[in-house]
Amino acid sequence: MPARSIHPGAPGAAPSRVDALADASNLMLGPGRRYWKDWVVEKGLLLAALSSVAVTTGIVLILLYESVPFFRKVSLWSFLTDTMWTPNFPVNPHFGILPLVAGTVVTTTVALAVALPVGTMIAIYLSEYAPFALREVLKPILELLSAVPTVVYGYFALLFVTPLLQKFLPNLPLQSMLSAGIVMGIMIIPYVSSLSEDAMRSVPMLLREGAYALGANKMITSIKVVYPAALSGIGAAYILGISRAIGETMIVAVAAGSQPNFTLDPQQPAATITAYIVQVCMGDLPRGEIGYQSIFAAGLTLFLMTLGFNILGHYLRKRFREAY
Amino acid sequence: MKTPGRLWAAAAVLLIVGCGPDTSQKSGGSASSQPETDVDLKSLTGTVKVDGSSTVYLVTEKVAAVFQKASKVKVTVGISGTGGGFKKFCRGEIDVADASRPILKAEMDAAKEAGIEYIELPVCFDALTVAVNPANPLDSITVAELKKMWEPEALGKVTRWNQVNPAWPDAELTLYGAGTDSGTFDYFTEAICGKAKSSRGDYGANENDNVIVQGISGNKHALGYIPFAYYVTNKSKLKALAVDWEKGAGPVLPSLENVLAAKYNPLSRPLFIYVNRKAAERPEVKAFVEFYLKNAHDLAEKVKYLPLPEKAYEMGRARFAKLQTGSGFGGEAEIGLPVEEILSREPKH
Amino acid sequence: MIDTYRLIARRRLQDSVFNVLGIVCMLLGVVTLAALLFDLAVTGWTRIDRTFLTSFPDPEAAEAGVYSAWVGSLLLMLVTISLAVPLGVAAGVYLEEYARKNWLTTIIEINIANLAGVPSIIYGLLALGLLVYQFHLGQTIVVGGITLAFLVLPIVIVSTREALRAIPRGIREAAYALGATPWQVIKDHLLPYSAGGIATGTIIALSRAIGETAPLLTVGALAFIAFLPDSPLQSRFPFVNFHWLNSDFTCLPIQMFNWVDRPENPENDFHRNAAAAGLVLIIMTLSLNGAAIYIRYRLRKRLKW
Repeated sequence: MPARSIHPGAPGAAPSRVDALADASNLMLGPGRRYWKDWVVEKGLLLAALSSVAVTTGIVLILLYESVPFFRKVSLWSFLTDTMWTPNFPVNPHFGILPLVAGTVVTTTVALAVALPVGTMIAIYLSEYAPFALREVLKPILELLSAVPTVVYGYFALLFVTPLLQKFLPNLPLQSMLSAGIVMGIMIIPYVSSLSEDAMRSVPMLLREGAYALGANKMITSIKVVYPAALSGIGAAYILGISRAIGETMIVAVAAGSQPNFTLDPQQPAATITAYIVQVCMGDLPRGEIGYQSIFAAGLTLFLMTLGFNILGHYLRKRFREAY
Repeated sequence: MKTPGRLWAAAAVLLIVGCGPDTSQKSGGSASSQPETDVDLKSLTGTVKVDGSSTVYLVTEKVAAVFQKASKVKVTVGISGTGGGFKKFCRGEIDVADASRPILKAEMDAAKEAGIEYIELPVCFDALTVAVNPANPLDSITVAELKKMWEPEALGKVTRWNQVNPAWPDAELTLYGAGTDSGTFDYFTEAICGKAKSSRGDYGANENDNVIVQGISGNKHALGYIPFAYYVTNKSKLKALAVDWEKGAGPVLPSLENVLAAKYNPLSRPLFIYVNRKAAERPEVKAFVEFYLKNAHDLAEKVKYLPLPEKAYEMGRARFAKLQTGSGFGGEAEIGLPVEEILSREPKH
Repeated sequence: MIDTYRLIARRRLQDSVFNVLGIVCMLLGVVTLAALLFDLAVTGWTRIDRTFLTSFPDPEAAEAGVYSAWVGSLLLMLVTISLAVPLGVAAGVYLEEYARKNWLTTIIEINIANLAGVPSIIYGLLALGLLVYQFHLGQTIVVGGITLAFLVLPIVIVSTREALRAIPRGIREAAYALGATPWQVIKDHLLPYSAGGIATGTIIALSRAIGETAPLLTVGALAFIAFLPDSPLQSRFPFVNFHWLNSDFTCLPIQMFNWVDRPENPENDFHRNAAAAGLVLIIMTLSLNGAAIYIRYRLRKRLKW
C-alpha cells in the first residue's frame, strides 16, 4: 500500500487535489502559525494567573499608601501601647490599637476554646470510630455549618444564644464577646475537623496496628499514636481556625458590639479590629482624614496578623504532606 | 464544534454600544413644560441622592418611601452622619443633605469654594432625650451634672455616678452617645459642654442610634442621649430624664408641647434639610422637596418626630419656591430658639 | 499480677465513653445547625410571601420587603461570575498545563494560597481605597461585583486545578501524540471533561459570595434603597445596556444586617423581617450548595475512567 504522499498532485495520492492543497497550505504556512496562536494563548493565561499577584500587590499597596500618612501623625510606639482607641475625636484623640487587638484576641480565644476541642474530637471520631456510611452522611452536614452566611450567625448569636446565656449569667449585656465567641467557634468547627480528619486518615494503618498489637484500645491509639503522628496537619488545621476567627467580621459586629473596650472579660462588649473597620465605613470619612486612615492602619495590623498565621499554616501543611 | 467568530463579534458590538451614553437618564420625563402647581408625579424619572444625619433619616426615609410609591423617581437615603452628609454635599455628590444642626462656618466656606449654593429648610423638631435604664432611680438631671459627665476633662476620671453628684449611688457609669460625625453629637456637646465637639472620648460612641438604645436598655447603670423618636419607639425599655436648665424653670421632660413652647431647653433643636440649588432645578428633586414640605407634618408624626407648626411649613415652601439660598444661623447652632424666630431669619451666606 | 479481665473491661469502657464523647461533639454541631435553622424558620417563615419578596424596604416593618435586596444580590452574582470564572479558569489552566517549576510559578501559587486566607474585610478596604477613590468608580454594583470576584478567585482557581488534575494523563498524551498543540488539547479535551468540576467550583464560589457582607459594607452599600437598578434589557437597539452597573445597590445580607441592628420592638418587628431575609438567604445558599453536590455526584457517575 503506497504511503500517502504529501506532495500535491503526486501520483498515488488517494485524496482529491483540493484536499491535498488544503493540507499543504496548512503546512506551507509552517509550524509558526499554529504555535504563534499557542504562544498568545499561553501568555494570556499567564496574565490571568498573575492577576492573583496583582490582587495581593493591590492590597499591600493600598494598605501601606493610606497607613503611611497615619503613621506620620501617630508614633508607632503610641499606636502599639496606648490603651485607648478614639481616633475620630477632634479633642484629644487616642490612637492605641490595643483595645481592638484585645477584642480580637478575646473573641478568638473563646472561639478556639469551643472549636479546638470539639473539632478535634469530631475528627478523631470520624477517622477512628465512625462507620463508613455514617461518615459520608455526617461530613456534608458539618460542611453546611461553614456554608451558613456569617450575618445569619450574627443574628443567631444576638437573638438566640445571648438570651440563652442570660439564663445562666443574668448580668450578661445584650452584646458580649462571650456570645459572639461561642457562635464563631461553632462556625469554625468544620474548618478544624475537616483538615484534622484528613491528617489523621493519612496516618498509615501500620502505626495503629502496632499499637493494637500491643494491647491498646482505640482511645489510647488515637490519643497517643494517631494524634501525635498527624500533628503537623492538625496544627495546620488549628492555624486555619485561628486565622478564620481573627478575620471574622459580621458575627462580632452584630453580637459583640462596636465600642472599643480594653478588657479581657468576655462578658463585656468590645470591638474587634474588623468590627471597628465596618463601623467606620458605615459612616463617612473622606480621604485624607485621620479617621479614614485609621481603618487602613487597623487593616494593616489585621493583614499582618493573618499573613503570619497563614505562612505558619502553609509551612505546617507542607510538612504533613511530605511526611507520608 | 467551534464557536462562530461572528458570535463573538456580535457580542463585542453589543458590549460597546451598550456602554455608550444613555440619553434617557435624568431627563425628568415628559412633563417638561407643566406649571409648577401639580407636577404629575407618575411621569417623573431620575435619581435623588440624600445623605446625612441618622436623626433626620427616620423622617426622610418615610418621605422617600411614600414618595417612591407615587412616582418612578429613585431616592437613595444614606446615614453618614450630619458631618459626613455635609462633606458629600460640599463635594456635590448628593442633592439633599439631612442635618440635625445648622450648617457650620467651615462647611459654608467649603460650599462657597465648590460653588455650591444651598437652600436651608427646617423640617421638624427633635427633643434630644437623655435616657437611662428604667431601673435607674433618677428622674431628672441638671445641665451642670451632664456637663460634669461629658466634658473632655472627665476622660478617664469621672467613671462612677457618685463622682458627678455625691447623692447618687456608687455604681459604674457607662455612657452611650452619638459618634463624632453626627450632628446630634455636635449639638449635644455644644448645648451641654459649651463648645461643639468637645466631649470625652471614652464612651460608647455609635452612629447607629439603635445600638445606643440597646446598650442603655441592657445596662442598669447606663446613660445616653438619643433623638426623641428613638426614645418614643422604645419607651418600654428606656426612661427619659427631665432636664433642668437651671434658669428657674425646673426640670422639663421632652414632649411636643414642651418643645413648641420653647420650654425643653437646651436640648430641643430644629432638624433641617439642605437642598443643592442647582439640583433643585431638576424636576425630580423639586418634586421630592415639595412633597417633603407638604407632607412633613403628617409623616413626621408617623415616625414619632415633632412637627413644626403649619405656618412654618408654609414659610419653608415659600423659601424653596423662591430658591432662596443661605443660612439663617451664621455658621453655628443657637440654643433655645423658638421656631418662629428661626424661620423669620433672613438667610445669609 | 495484673488483673487482665479488669484491664480489658476498663479499656473497653474507655472506648465506649470516647465513642459517646465523639458522638456528642458531632451532635453539638448538628444540633446547633438545626437550632439555627429552626429558630429562623419559626420566626421568619410566616413572613415570607409574595409581597415580602416584591416590596421595598420601608420604615414600617410590616410593609418592608426584600425586593431590592435579592435583585441586588442576583446582579452582584452576575458581575462576580463574569469576572471570576474567566479569570479563575484561565489561571487554573495555566498553572496546571503550562506552568514550569520556576520561581514565577512558586510566587503565583503562594499568592493564591495567601489570598484564600485573607479576611474578607481586607478585600473591602482594597475596593474602598483603590476602586472607589483612586479609580473614582463610586459605590456601585460594578465595584461590589469586582470585590466579590477577587474574594472568590482563589476558590475558582483551586477547583479548576482539581478538576483538571482528575483527568487521566492518557487523554493528554493521546492528543499530543496526534499532533495537537497544548491549546488544542485544553480546548477540545480538557475543558469539556473538567467543565463539571469547574461548574461545581463556581457554584461553591457563588454560594460564598452571596453571603458576604463585610466587604460590601466597607465599599458603602447604602442604608435605604427602595428601587431597582435600571433593567439591563431595553426596547431600543442594542436591547441590552450596562447602566445598572453604575447603580447604587443593596443585597440580602446587608438588608438582614440593617434589620438585625434595630432594637427589639413588638410593634415594629424588624427582627422578624431579618429572620425572613435570613431564611431567603439560607435557602439560596443551600440550594447552590446542594446543586454543587448533585453535579459532583452525577459527574462521578458519568466519567468512565
